[in-house]
Amino acid sequence: MSTLVELISAISLLLGALFCCVGGIGLIRMPDFYTRMHAASITETLGVGLILFGLLLLAGWTLVAVKLLMVGALVFFVSPTASHALARAAMTCRLKPVLADAGETTSKP
Amino acid sequence: MARQFSFLLSLIAFWLLLSGMFTPFLIAAGIGSAIVIVLLSRRMDLADHEGHPVHLAWVAVLSYWPWLFKEIIKSAWDVTRRVLHPALPISPVLVEFRPTQTTDVGLVIHANSITLTPGTISVEVGPDRFLVHALTREAGAGLAGSEMDRRCTALEGN
Repeated sequence: MSTLVELISAISLLLGALFCCVGGIGLIRMPDFYTRMHAASITETLGVGLILFGLLLLAGWTLVAVKLLMVGALVFFVSPTASHALARAAMTCRLKPVLADAGETTSKP
Repeated sequence: MARQFSFLLSLIAFWLLLSGMFTPFLIAAGIGSAIVIVLLSRRMDLADHEGHPVHLAWVAVLSYWPWLFKEIIKSAWDVTRRVLHPALPISPVLVEFRPTQTTDVGLVIHANSITLTPGTISVEVGPDRFLVHALTREAGAGLAGSEMDRRCTALEGN
């Protein structure tokens, strides 16, 4: 039983690390600020989520698990707010996003 | 009053869970600080329906979050495939649409859900206009009148 839990935990930790790497690769490959934020959001959802899940399995039914859940909830609520603030700040500074084609976009600065 | 009492209880529970030490002094200190915080937030008018939205907490956790988690995993996988694809098949667009929520909490939940889902970021949020940057044309096209929009509106109806 405990080996199975450890195995699942190891797998999700590994997958989480992998998704963090994917976020990093995306950060390098994407063309502009806004698309880079999309890549970073993989890290802050699947990456963080899977790593926390793996640690949660290792912690078992303890107060540490409760604290891990609180960290998860914090990330869950704060990261979209921070992303929104970043994107809005960039838009306010008139940083133009690279868009697929000019046809269907608005003329917003 | 009931809202402030539930705020007090959640603060005390938060203290106890974080401290993990149950000596009389620490418990009393926790209850004392929770009371002070409730009094302060009352003075600052913070523990209202926005700061402590108990009225939708349980419905949200039980019905909305599982669905949101599923959506996050689906779109995160989609963005992952695009990031690792040699040709980098992205088509970033800015999409403007009108959300159907009427309350501030509903709008915030909708905007936060959009941002939390990889591939879409809410750039500007207002009661009659959302401006969203989407990584692909398909992700942008599915935003107006989406299931997320419908679910957030259903959530604030309670």
